[in-house]
Order: sequence, then C-alpha cells, then structure tokens
Amino acid sequence: MSATAIHLENLSISYGKTPVVHDVAFSVAEGESFALVGESGSGKSTILRAISGLAPEWTGAIAILGKPRGHAPDRDFAKVCQMVFQDPYGSLHPRKTVDDCLAEPLAIHGIGGRDARVRDMLAAVGLDQRFRFRFPHQLSGGQRQRVAIARALMLSPRVLLLDEPTSALDVSVQAEILNLLKKLRREQGLTYLMVTHNLPVVSFLCDRLAVMRHGRVVEIADVSALKTGRLADPYSRELYAASGGALQPA
Amino acid sequence: MSVPLLEVEGLTVTFPTARGPVDVVRGISFSLGRERLGIVGESGSGKSMTGRSILRLIRPPGHVSAGRLVFDGIDLLALSERRMRALRGARISMVMQDPKFSLNPVMTVGEQIAEALLTHAKLPRRALKARVLSMLEAVRINDPERVAGLYPHEVSGGMGQRVMIAMMLIPEPDLLIADEPTSALDVSVQAQVLDIIDDLVTGKGMGLILISHDLNLVARYCDRILVMNGGEIVEECRASELHLARHPYTRGLLAAMPRMDEDRDVLPVLDRGAWTTGAGT
Repeated sequence: MSATAIHLENLSISYGKTPVVHDVAFSVAEGESFALVGESGSGKSTILRAISGLAPEWTGAIAILGKPRGHAPDRDFAKVCQMVFQDPYGSLHPRKTVDDCLAEPLAIHGIGGRDARVRDMLAAVGLDQRFRFRFPHQLSGGQRQRVAIARALMLSPRVLLLDEPTSALDVSVQAEILNLLKKLRREQGLTYLMVTHNLPVVSFLCDRLAVMRHGRVVEIADVSALKTGRLADPYSRELYAASGGALQPA
Repeated sequence: MSVPLLEVEGLTVTFPTARGPVDVVRGISFSLGRERLGIVGESGSGKSMTGRSILRLIRPPGHVSAGRLVFDGIDLLALSERRMRALRGARISMVMQDPKFSLNPVMTVGEQIAEALLTHAKLPRRALKARVLSMLEAVRINDPERVAGLYPHEVSGGMGQRVMIAMMLIPEPDLLIADEPTSALDVSVQAQVLDIIDDLVTGKGMGLILISHDLNLVARYCDRILVMNGGEIVEECRASELHLARHPYTRGLLAAMPRMDEDRDVLPVLDRGAWTTGAGT
C-alpha cells in the first residue's frame, strides 16, 4: 500500500495560450481514494484530462505507478489507468451495443477470451446479462454509468480517474453507483482520483481531498477534517459552508 | 393562507405513446398561498410537468386536464391563448434550469430584461432603463451598467441565472415557478442565487414554487414540501419536519444521500417494491 500510484510535480496545463492549472503537485498512494474539489473552472477536470492524455499541453511531471507519462498517446498507459466521464448519456457510442463497447478495449490490446471477460465484467458492475446486446438508449442513466465503469475496468487497470461520476444521476441511483465504486475498489484494490463538487460524496468515498481554486491547490486535507468541519483554508471553509456543513474552528 | 393564490385539483398530464396514453402526472391536488412551496422528486416523477402545466406550457400531443386550476380567481383552463399570454410573465413567471439555453444569444442582457417588461407595460425609454438597472442591482450584479450591455455568452453561469431571475421578476409577478434554478450552477453560487430568490420573494410577498431533486436544498428554502414519485404526491410536510417524513420513498431518498460526516460503509438503496405507485411510466 506504500507505493505511489499517481505522482504529479510542478504540473501546469494550458489550453492554447490560456493557462488553466498552475504548479500543482500531489501524490496518491496505491489503493488510496483521492478527491479533487472546487468550483467549475478551477481546473480539477483538466488535471484528469492531462493525466489521461486528453490535454497534451502540460509541463512538469506526471508519473503513474512510478512510470513517467509522456505527452503522446500511450497504449501501455491505457492498461494501468482509465477514466470514467461525467455524463453517461454522452460518453457511450449511441450505435454500439454494450457488448461492442466492452469488447473494444480488448480488441485494441489483442486480449483473448472476450466473451467470458465481458460476461464477468457485467456481473461485477451489477448488470444483468440481458443488457449485453442492448444499445445505450435502451438503458437508464444509472445503467449507462455502470457500463461506462465496466468499460474502464475491462483492461484491469490499477488506477481509475473519475470525473464527476454521479453528478448526472438521481440521488437514489447515485447511492447505487457510489456503493458499486466502493465495492470495486475494495475487491480489486483500485486507486481512485475523483473530481467532484459534492463534498458529502467525498466524505463517503475518499480518504483525502485537495481543494482547488483558480487552477491552484489551496489545501490538501484528510477526509476526517472534512467530516468534522475543520478545514483550514478560508476558501475550503466557504465551500464547506455552502454545502450545508457546520463549521468548527480549524 | 385565507385565500389561496393557486388552487390545483386533480391535475393530470397525459402523453400518448405507442403503447397507449401515459399519465405523467396523475390527478394531484394542492393549494398555494403567498408562501414558498417545494416540489421534490427524481427524474420522471412529474415535478417539472406540474410546474409547466400551471403555465399551460405543455405542448401537444401532451394533454392537461384538471378538476380545478385556479390562479387568483382566474380559471386557467378556460382562458384563451391570448389572455394566457398576457398572464404569463406578468402574473406568473418561471425561471428555467440552464441560463445557457434559456437566454437569447443574440440580444444583450439589458435588452432581454427590458423586453420582458415592455411586453406587459408601456414605459418611456429612460424609465425603462432605470428599471432594468435597478433590477440588475436587486439580483446583486455589481456593475449593472456594464453587464446590461453584455451578451449571454459573456457572462458566467451564476450571473446568467441572476439575469434570468431579473428578467422573470421585473414585471413583478405574483407567483414565481423556479424549475431547478440552480442545478447548472456550482455549490458556492447556488446558495447566492437561492438567497436572492428568497429575498425578493419574501420581500414582495410573492408565492414561490421551487422544483428540485435536492431534498436538503428545498428543505432549507421552503415552508412546505411536496414529494412526488411516479406522477403522484406521496408526501406533504412542513419543511422543518422533513426528518419526520413517513413515506418509504421520502425516507429512502433521505437515507440514500451521503452526509458530510459520512461513516456508513454502504448507502441504503431504494427498494422500489416497498410502495405502490400504480402502473409504471
């Protein structure tokens, strides 16, 4: 558990000429669940996009499980680190069945035994086998997000990047997906880096959190500080109060 | 509460489908005084349809029927489309979910707010401008003069939503329907926007219907709460007594929400078989 799963150093990211993230550095231990919180535009999703290779204009260092990541697309990298996106309505191909969608990563990486793997993965994310040959529009939002999580897990990655995985879902469905994420992490020893603006979700799923504002990390705290309302930075406290928490002296 | 502002009895909204007509709202009844009423439910519960049918904004082939739909003594179902148009905006108005899609992208913010007022009243240009600026100030926009000249894409989400609220409140309606007014906004901005709505509504003694999926948020800003599921009202309670809710659906929703000081290992999941809501939609 002591190995470092994600290590960021002096990470600055820009879109074209606009700098978005400035000098971010933190490490996530293997098996840990780490949250990035902050308001929209604070650069939290951009960090995930840079790690996964979707925002290639970065400087600094990104290392996953001790291996530095380059700027180019990297097939081996995809095997250890996968991402789940916010909107299950937008992240699944509308004209591919669940089966196509789950088998595709295996085909790309030339892994055999696809039939059995797809079947096992559906079971792991709690989807009945009858959903296997359906299209995304025939599924509910919660079922789609289960498919998106299943797709991310097909290559048995060690690290999962979660970009607001439940914010497009109803409360009762959110509870199901959060339970699923917690179960998968326990069973497969996954490392999570999750972006969210929902502090109670952090409290349920994460061990530590980083609060971001204007592209910088203003505070890294243990989740116990969140649970007891003892965040130190004034902005974190503001965010905490806006989420309906009762503040305690830091 | 002596004379209700809005009375709804047996409101039903029906949509035809390939498998026959489906009732998305099933004969609900409630009344509203000059108070803040919250309607809570998950997607597909019929809460937005309830709000829209009060303004008769359900497009064909959707169909609205009700035993009584009376606003301040006016029978809304009997009004002609022309009289209904005069009522919308002027007496009942609605704040939509997402400012990005609800504001006109090719009109400046100031023009749009002025248009909302001009539709219902004739005013000289100078007085109009003064009203627009003071309204922008009322929704706590710092530099109203500058913001009035901006286009919607030049303002942030929170500011866009405040512009929309300004637009909806400038004709001084008696009833404001806010349909998920903050779900497109950040947590830190949400509270500001709701505080503004709350101030203006209580200050002017208007009625408010706040439609949301967020139980805690509604409990914080409303006096009374209706919980909807499957097109029916399953529970009605005072906001302060939400934690005493008895219906298994309401209790399930409350329990499924993670708390700030979460120490449960597994969140309870709704058992949808625990209550009956007629045929599924």
